[in-house]
Amino acid sequence: MKKLRTRKHTVVLNRSAGGDAGIAVFLILMGAFLFLPMYYTVIQSLKPLDELWMFPPRFYVSNPSFENFSELLYLMSDSWVPFSRYIFNTVFISVTGTFGNLLFASLCAYALAKIKFPGRGWMFQVVVLSLMFHSTVSAIANYITLGTLGWLDTYLARVVPAWGSTLGLYLMKQFMETNVHDSILESARIDGAKEFKIYWTIAMPMVKPAWLTLIVYCFKDLWNTGASIYIQSEQLKTFNYAVSQLVADGISRQGASAAAAVITMLVPIIVFILTQSNILETMGSSGMKD
Amino acid sequence: MSANAAVQEKKKAVARKDMTKWQWTWKEIKRNKVAYVMVAPFMLIFTLFTVVPVVVSMLLSFTNFNMLQVPDIVFMDNYITLFLDDDIFLTAIQNTFVFAVIVGPASYVISFICAWFINELPPKIRAIVTFIFYSPSISGSAYLMWTIVFSSDAYGYANAILIDMGIIASPILWFENTKYIMPICIIVALWTSLGVSFLSFIAGFQGIDKSLFEAGAVDGVKNRWQELWYITLPTMKPQLMFGAIMSITNSFGFGAIVTALCGFPSYEYAAHTIMHHLEDYGNTRWEVGYASAIATILFAIMLGANMVVKKMLGKVGK
Repeated sequence: MKKLRTRKHTVVLNRSAGGDAGIAVFLILMGAFLFLPMYYTVIQSLKPLDELWMFPPRFYVSNPSFENFSELLYLMSDSWVPFSRYIFNTVFISVTGTFGNLLFASLCAYALAKIKFPGRGWMFQVVVLSLMFHSTVSAIANYITLGTLGWLDTYLARVVPAWGSTLGLYLMKQFMETNVHDSILESARIDGAKEFKIYWTIAMPMVKPAWLTLIVYCFKDLWNTGASIYIQSEQLKTFNYAVSQLVADGISRQGASAAAAVITMLVPIIVFILTQSNILETMGSSGMKD
Repeated sequence: MSANAAVQEKKKAVARKDMTKWQWTWKEIKRNKVAYVMVAPFMLIFTLFTVVPVVVSMLLSFTNFNMLQVPDIVFMDNYITLFLDDDIFLTAIQNTFVFAVIVGPASYVISFICAWFINELPPKIRAIVTFIFYSPSISGSAYLMWTIVFSSDAYGYANAILIDMGIIASPILWFENTKYIMPICIIVALWTSLGVSFLSFIAGFQGIDKSLFEAGAVDGVKNRWQELWYITLPTMKPQLMFGAIMSITNSFGFGAIVTALCGFPSYEYAAHTIMHHLEDYGNTRWEVGYASAIATILFAIMLGANMVVKKMLGKVGK
């Protein structure tokens, strides 16, 4: 009989102490590599001026202050377009883009996953194919399309293409396939419920993790958009763009740009912490069968 | 089989006796009208901004369109120029391959190994470690901090540490030395690369039926490596497939990070990739026909890479 080593709660098989130690070392090194720059950004944003210019630079801060954040505010108040406009633009684009993507992608995912209509197979194939190439290849052709539609230099150029982003649709369709059971839908159909009603009152409440995941990904992408060839008016540019202009001024702005980086990264990170378990649940059905 | 599918199978069997395949399809289309209404908004936008651009690029790549004049058809001229006369494009191809070949597989393997190791941790710690590993890829412009790490004066961390330890006497100009540019860009790209595929793997590990491992142990699986190859990998194949696609696609999307780090164009084109070449001709010089040829090549490379990897993953666990 094989001897089974146990850890709290679970039976653990086939584990050697040496292997465990190796894993621990690897995870710590990897974790340090991934985490230190984030930590450093936060520390940097809290350093007062004299500590910023200390040599050699320190990995900690002795007198934390919000100097850099107020400097950022001061620099921003100086900008030609009111700073609040940049923030409004980012929030507006993120919210409307995410909302539209959620609505259209979930409708489409429901039909693809749960209604057996001719063409659903190849439609989904095309969606999967689109996951295989990065959007840089379509940027120039989209410029022509947006120009023809007269949408260049408007919010539409930012918001509408986001409604058609495919990652959320893919995850939602896979999740519906495994987690919404046909028998429930079928009994609703027999009771005479229309498909739109079934989608809204039965399917959607059952796939909450999937739509939270879609929201996180879509929101994160839109929140992080910077400069774009589709937008020229300064009034329509985003917070991220404004920040990148500040950072471009170089080392003398390092405190303020660290403060700005902290602000930009805070929002997606908080959103992720709040939704982590839902995202992982969604990813559980993300697999691709060939 | 579910009740719904069974009912439909039955209908199909009955329907086919008195009508041709096309008539039957048409009937099915009419019966499922509502499904087309549901997919229409998404599919319309998706087609317009994702499918149409690919087709348009392919067509324009045979012209010399410049956004002002009516395009002339020049057939293969753009492609011939790219490969025979454009030295920078050849550098770009080379850099793109170095980037994709290193960053793609490395981020894939690192994501997998990290997810595998993290899965061995107790649940509470697992959630925290997952968050730490994942945070760089959602933190948006935080990678800009690497410009301060590799800042070219003595206040940059990398220079400060090296000077402090006495390894170098004067600061290194990291982004003005062809030796360092690519490695630094690769490090930063890897730093942001534990993304969707990583989370997919984490979830995949958690979804594996634990009794499989017990059964494996009884059947003579000796250590965790055998367990990985014979049980874990085959069970996780769907996640591996999805993760591969996400990693490959991302490994071609690091153009923005490179630009943020090294500026554009990078010093002596040392980190110039196809993405940069595309942007240069498309958005700066407005030689849209030429840029479309670059886009078409890039598109073909991405799809090709995905197909190759898909083939390779078919062999896992065999």
